[in-house]
Amino acid sequence: MIEVRKLVKSFGLKPVLRGLELLVEPGEFLALLGPNGAGKTTLLRILSSLARPNAGLVRIAGHTLPGEAAAVRGKLGVVSHLPLLYGDLTAEENLRFYSRMYDLEGVERRVAEALELVGLRQRRRDLVREFSRGMQQRLAIGRAMLHDPEVLLFDEPYTGLDQEAAQMLDGLLRQVAGRGRTVVMTSHDLLRSASLATRLDILSRGVIARSLDPGSMQPGELAALYQQVTHG
Amino acid sequence: MDATPRGLKILTWITVGLFALASYAVLVYAPREAVMGDVQRVFYFHVAAGWVGALAFLVAVIVGIAYLITKQRRWDTVGLASIEIGVVFTLINIVTGSVWARPIWNTWWTWDPRLVTATVMELVYVAYLMLRQGIDDPDRRARFGAVYAIIGFLSVPLTFLSIRIFRTIHPVVIGSNDPGAEGTFDMTAKMFQAFMFSLVTFTFIYATLLWHRIRLQHLADRVEQEKVRLLAG
Amino acid sequence: MAERAARRRRRLGGYLRAIGAVIWKDLAAELRSRELLGAMLVFALLVVLIFNFALELDVRSRATITSGVLWVTFTFAGTLGLNRSMAVEKDRGCLDGLLLAPVDRSAIYFGKTAANLIFLLIVAGVVVPLYSLLYNTNLLVPGLLAVIVLGCLGYIVVGTLLASMAVQARTRDILLPILLFPVVLPVLVAAIKATNGFLQGLEMADIWPWLNLLIVYDVVFTAAAFMLFDFVVEE
Repeated sequence: MIEVRKLVKSFGLKPVLRGLELLVEPGEFLALLGPNGAGKTTLLRILSSLARPNAGLVRIAGHTLPGEAAAVRGKLGVVSHLPLLYGDLTAEENLRFYSRMYDLEGVERRVAEALELVGLRQRRRDLVREFSRGMQQRLAIGRAMLHDPEVLLFDEPYTGLDQEAAQMLDGLLRQVAGRGRTVVMTSHDLLRSASLATRLDILSRGVIARSLDPGSMQPGELAALYQQVTHG
Repeated sequence: MDATPRGLKILTWITVGLFALASYAVLVYAPREAVMGDVQRVFYFHVAAGWVGALAFLVAVIVGIAYLITKQRRWDTVGLASIEIGVVFTLINIVTGSVWARPIWNTWWTWDPRLVTATVMELVYVAYLMLRQGIDDPDRRARFGAVYAIIGFLSVPLTFLSIRIFRTIHPVVIGSNDPGAEGTFDMTAKMFQAFMFSLVTFTFIYATLLWHRIRLQHLADRVEQEKVRLLAG
Repeated sequence: MAERAARRRRRLGGYLRAIGAVIWKDLAAELRSRELLGAMLVFALLVVLIFNFALELDVRSRATITSGVLWVTFTFAGTLGLNRSMAVEKDRGCLDGLLLAPVDRSAIYFGKTAANLIFLLIVAGVVVPLYSLLYNTNLLVPGLLAVIVLGCLGYIVVGTLLASMAVQARTRDILLPILLFPVVLPVLVAAIKATNGFLQGLEMADIWPWLNLLIVYDVVFTAAAFMLFDFVVEE
């Protein structure tokens, strides 16, 4: 589903990704862990076609980036830590706008379904700037699901959420990841990632240093291993 | 650290020599102009500086397009170097133009299309440098610089045209002299030689400064890379 | 063959729909908050007032500076609008949201440009009649309206492109005028001269060169900005 080979990305003269290799099978839920500045956001931006690599191959859902970027975008749903929503519009106006940008059929139906999915149907006529951070994040997920994408990319979705909102997001993510979708999520939260994901990759010094199966490890093991990989 | 390459050293010496010769040509060899007197000698370096300003802009646009297509950093380095040189020489052009205008038309400034265009070009140069200064990401800096250079380059001829049309429809009387004269004069053979020699000399100056500046940038980049490598541990 | 033509038509439809969506989005958001238009209008009226106090003139000399005052007003108010319009996209990461859509980048450019142009024309639509009333000069001359449209178009076409760059710099607020004004000078000169020509009832032969310059500028820069916008937003 997602294939990355020898990915190189530098900012000016500073290398961030140094020949990164990654393979994600359809239906996998991959959590990408790593310290700040390891390049998680950079990798996600490249996967979401918002940034171009300096070298390397990226294929998503059978299309190569950056050449077939438009085709890839139609199959991607992206949630970043910024809301990507217009504060002066209502929830449903935001969704309607993005439906039109994605040139989707049955706009009203999709908007209603998305609102239902993220539990915001009651607040659909409210302005987004009045929403709490948690609600904005949920609406952002609704936005990402409008076109029923095959691949979902989440960049630190739990940033700024309180306990209650985070738990709601857990449920939502589990629901959304179902039905054979491929998910890549970057995170700082080891435990949470371990409970949600089918696979954990640790990004360190510009490459994937370790790939782990969270099901087979104890939480304590995981934390120790993470420390070892990133600071060893 | 690398020593200055031999080619650059030779070029620098040639340029210094040319400049000495050109100064002689302008100050001594060229005859005194009948109407304007010695102040007319400013003209040789004034036009040559203007020429370098325009050349610098052209080079910056070409390498800007090259950068946008290839995304190779070296094109951006050349573009930045060229614009920096262009700023200085366009300023020389404007100031010498002003110095020349004062005794002729009794004014420091005239709404002559070329002078206005040179000033606008200078403003575009400065804006380019300010744009770069305000951006931290080096790739974005290079891209935006190239885009602005292209936009600026397209607008300058149109600015020239607009002032030209302004002048033909509303001729402005400058000082007490006939504006049609615009400080024109007939060039004798010797004057022409001095003029062409100045142009050539200034082109050499441009090339030399460009090479030095590019080299400087490369050295700075090397320092930056070493720093990154050391910090990464 | 027919299928390819149908696909192309579909893609064109999607492209136009995206442009329409961006315009609608900007207008709807503005209708709600009224921040942008409010700021532009108040600013424009203040500029007009200040000019007319500073250049205390009798009725006769006022005729010659009216076009200058109008266009300087539009220029400054326009900068305000452009800054705010692009800042909205940058601050909440919305620009990324637009870039993620599977539509050609130029659709975003044309949508934003059209919306910005509409805002500036609305401001012009208020300032011009108001100026007419306050200073007893008839400004509602047909040729003049054409000049306003052409001039604002040239200004906004370049302004949108430069604003999308300026908004990403640290020195965001002061950078846009510095970038924009030198480049937009031909539009200003031509627009002021053409406006003046219509107001003073000059011969069309005298006004045509200015209109031509405006049209040339509009065409050249629409093409250039449309091609360069990709490079500004693609990382």
